[in-house]
Amino acid sequence: MIVSGRNIPGIDPYLNMWHWQIALYLFLGGLAAGILFFAAYFVVRGKEKEMPATVKWATIIAPVVLVIGLAALFSDLYHKLYFWRLYTTIRFTSPMSWGAWTLMLITPLSVVWVASYLKEMFPEWDWKFGFLNSFEKWVIKNRISFAWIMMILSIILGVYTGILLSAFNARPLWNTSILGPLFLVSGFSTGLAAIMWVSNNEHERRVLSKIDLIFIAIELFLIIHLFMGFMAGTAVKLEAFKLFLGGPFTVSFWVFVVLLGLIFPGVLEILELSGYHVPRWVPAFLILFGGLMFRFVMVEAGQITRFLY
Amino acid sequence: MRYAMAIDTKKCVGCADCVVACQTENNVPHGYSRDWIVENVAGTYPNLNMIFRSERCNQCNNAPCVRCCPTGASHIVEGGIVLVTHDDCIGCSACIEACPYDARYIHPDGYVDKCTFCIQRVDKGQNPACVDVCPTYSLHFGDLDDPNSAVSKALKGRSWYVLAPEAGTEPQLYYLT
Repeated sequence: MIVSGRNIPGIDPYLNMWHWQIALYLFLGGLAAGILFFAAYFVVRGKEKEMPATVKWATIIAPVVLVIGLAALFSDLYHKLYFWRLYTTIRFTSPMSWGAWTLMLITPLSVVWVASYLKEMFPEWDWKFGFLNSFEKWVIKNRISFAWIMMILSIILGVYTGILLSAFNARPLWNTSILGPLFLVSGFSTGLAAIMWVSNNEHERRVLSKIDLIFIAIELFLIIHLFMGFMAGTAVKLEAFKLFLGGPFTVSFWVFVVLLGLIFPGVLEILELSGYHVPRWVPAFLILFGGLMFRFVMVEAGQITRFLY
Repeated sequence: MRYAMAIDTKKCVGCADCVVACQTENNVPHGYSRDWIVENVAGTYPNLNMIFRSERCNQCNNAPCVRCCPTGASHIVEGGIVLVTHDDCIGCSACIEACPYDARYIHPDGYVDKCTFCIQRVDKGQNPACVDVCPTYSLHFGDLDDPNSAVSKALKGRSWYVLAPEAGTEPQLYYLT
């Protein structure tokens, strides 16, 4: 098919409207969702004392990466001065709309979460203002309720990073309902990796490693399902699949995402659990790298796939 | 009321007059276009078949761009025309990703722009600029609910297809064959 007389920036010859900012944001959103979920989870389970890095120290990362992610999203808007229009309406058919609202809630909540632990982490910390002290007391008193809200919001945030893409039926690679769970699991796995990197408590790292191994296994299982779905799919799905089987994304996906980002760190975690010494940053770095790579591959490849007519 | 367009692929010669008429009528910035010509050659030599298609926004009944718009800037007005309110648009590109026809683009001023069926002319009872300017009379516009409209008459007794019906968008551009 020859398209004559059209060469619109970002659209011809193939769609490239979403850039590295979106991929980075999807990664950071999933990472923050993972960190916040496990912090809240272990508070609800009453294991605050056993898991100091999960509940306290690692959560400092969450608001930081959320703000970086939001800045990245903002920088990829083309009509920036009108961004506040997102918050004058809620549109349930648009994942971007309720995702923006979720971010609006979870970002301040993550700041409050970290703030409520500042005195425990830095004993000489002083809030200076009386109302902040009383607010802190109120948060600490209602911590379990906060944890429940944060668990639910972080699941929504994690799923949303995938549904944002899967809602587009015009892009066959994205338009699969398994993308939501896949991004959720991948995001939680990167969250666990970040916590393991921060933690210097042997017991805590073992617990996290075991959970992470389960998540890696689920992620591999979902990836296999994703491609089984494509293989049994229509012509456009097969075209999408070909990008990963001999196409331009073969190496970046199977080597960097699956092998170096999932299988290799999984093996390292098993070795660590069975007593071998593995530097703690190695599996954590690989999982984070694999997660970032996965988002880049999906965002780039998805935009190439289209309906054939 | 349901506005639609019928495009006679037997008559279209691919002169791109519709493209220029649209750019002039709607002040489309240089390097952009709301409608365009697709030249499609199929078959094996010497049995080749070539058609020209004048394409634009399909003004879908089930518009994925409207569904995914986070601010409601993309909306459907009476007659089924899909429009973008410039001051509500944040330029997130979600609608561009959602469109199976690649009919939308980011205007250099930041908002999303697309074919409006020349609503400023249609409201006055005129045809879209592309329809009026077509030298081979291959474009037909009108109300599908009105059996005497140009589009209803053009569709009568002819076979037609729409683009990517499998996308479920219920497009309203009918290509006559």
